[in-house]
Amino acid sequence: MSEKFITQNMRRRDVLAMAGTGVVAVSSIGLFAGDAKADPAAVAKAIKAKIGDKKTMAGGITLELPEIAENGNTVPIAVEVKSPMSSSDYVKAVHIYSEGNPAPDVATFRFTPESGRARVSLRMRMIKSQNIVAVAEMSNGKVHMVKNAVKVTIGGCGG
Amino acid sequence: MKKQFQGILMGAAVAVGLSSFAGIAISAEKMVYKSGDRNSGYTYATKETQAIQDDDLGNPAYIYVDDGAALWSKVDGKAGKSCATCHGVESAMLSDLATRYPVYNAKLGKMQNIEQKINQEREEKMGAKPYKWESGQMLALTIYMRNQSRGKPMNVSIDGPAVPFFEAGKKYFDQRRGQLDMSCKNCHEYYAGNRIRANMLTEAQSNGFPTYRLKWQKPGSLHRRFRGCNSTVRAQPLAYGSDEYVNLELYVAWRGRGLSVEAPSVRN
Amino acid sequence: MAKARVKAPKSVKKGEVFEVKALISHNMETGLRKDKKTGKTIPRKIINKLSVTYGGKEVFGSDWHPAVSANPYVSFFVRASESGPIKFVWTEDGGGVTEKSVDILVA
Ligand code: HEC
Ligand code: HEC
Repeated sequence: MSEKFITQNMRRRDVLAMAGTGVVAVSSIGLFAGDAKADPAAVAKAIKAKIGDKKTMAGGITLELPEIAENGNTVPIAVEVKSPMSSSDYVKAVHIYSEGNPAPDVATFRFTPESGRARVSLRMRMIKSQNIVAVAEMSNGKVHMVKNAVKVTIGGCGG
Repeated sequence: MKKQFQGILMGAAVAVGLSSFAGIAISAEKMVYKSGDRNSGYTYATKETQAIQDDDLGNPAYIYVDDGAALWSKVDGKAGKSCATCHGVESAMLSDLATRYPVYNAKLGKMQNIEQKINQEREEKMGAKPYKWESGQMLALTIYMRNQSRGKPMNVSIDGPAVPFFEAGKKYFDQRRGQLDMSCKNCHEYYAGNRIRANMLTEAQSNGFPTYRLKWQKPGSLHRRFRGCNSTVRAQPLAYGSDEYVNLELYVAWRGRGLSVEAPSVRN
Repeated sequence: MAKARVKAPKSVKKGEVFEVKALISHNMETGLRKDKKTGKTIPRKIINKLSVTYGGKEVFGSDWHPAVSANPYVSFFVRASESGPIKFVWTEDGGGVTEKSVDILVA
């Protein structure tokens, strides 16, 4: 039972009633059956399949995640890569990976100089709290990478 | 063969342009999320969830607004009519409908909500089959109609003939029930702002319904929500459109008086 | 049948970079869920691709996996070059496509 749940003004009778019948038990969001299979190693393997033996570097890429995701069904995220997006220097692709879902791959986005700005927003599923990884492939062959953690509160009560 | 068929089906959805948008756009600043001591469920949501609601393009329930607009003008039934045949494509009646319903219906001698009015109109004025309560069509038409009142303050009448129904709704709200022996009031008044594990308890306001719930991954009606809340306390859920739920809807709408209609809202 | 909404500014200046948003209704069935009654796995059915063309070429493309939320939403940017349609094509497992376009005026 979460400590926040038991508050001073909450009547003991109600708290006990709810705890007793499992109403407050954490339940899976039910999107993916079975155990999570993605982990840092699976993500590293998926990245290698995309970029080969190229080195990744930090910086030049930001990954925006909510501090706490209210519901793992729909977590808004955004990735932005620093680039002039000119015909000679642009972001070719951004790949997003999950370290805690059943599979590491989330999405790939392909940009062109005509994109003007290398930013993409989307909503993704997260089965639990985890790290999200974003990788940017630049037209000059360089690869930037960022990894951030997100905490997921899972819906488990209330109709 | 199967592949081709699906291709055709999906291909039929081709449409062009932005002008076909049916939604009512209200800037977020004009919305009233707090009125007196009453707060919309919006105020309890995370800023990310609020942002999904605020962006008419990002709010997935707006697909239903488009669908509902199409249903409003779609001829159906023996009379060869659509809602728009009599009410017009743009109906002034819709501009505050969601603020006023449920209303007392003298012919029925009881309260009637929007879903019930839709089916009454379909059967009596169009000679068409009623929609199933939680069907995509019912949700779409209800969302479209309520969305036309977006930004207007909730303002149901509880006077005159509505009095006994209002009292019944209030009684239902305050009564403990189910194996957990808890009332709506227990969770939504005493414990609003507290967490039941992952869920932040709100004040049970109805101004955003039908609401797109992240948990459902689709929109749902207020009565679906009532049924869910009944199940939460291990009480037997009542039927969609039951008199008890319509009376409860009246009371809950009154509790939210002054809050802007948000339909379709986005909630956890 | 999937339905979509797309949004771009009605008119923009040449060279301006503007935001485009797109949403499509789709369950994004992961292929990992079990039917509660039969115990059988519900087959995967997701939109796996979105391609956006403007001025005769693809300006934005994407591949999606089951971790993309139901009713997928995406926003991104495009640099204004010429008046005309921005065309969105979503492809689901099995090959079904949904198309939608929005016209922009480049001044
Ligand atoms: C044959 C003409 C006709 C058709 C078709 C028709 N209506 Fe009506 N509607 C009326 C009339 C007349 C009234 C006012 C008297 C009444 O309430 O029955 C009315 C009243 C209403 C009201 C109550 C308005 C208020 O202020 O409380 C609603 C809501 C409504 N209609 C919705 C619909 C919908 C939704 C449809 C399509 C499913 C529809 N109507 C189809 C003629 C029509
Ligand atoms: C055991 C606690 C509990 C009880 C009792 C309960 N609910 Fe709820 N209800 C919830 C939870 C949890 C939610 C989801 C979070 C929230 O909005 O409060 C919810 C949500 C709602 C909402 C949606 C609010 C919004 O902004 O979308 C309404 C309306 C509602 N409840 C009405 C009722 C009614 C009416 C009753 C009595 C029949 C009731 N609830 C009883 C727990 C409860």
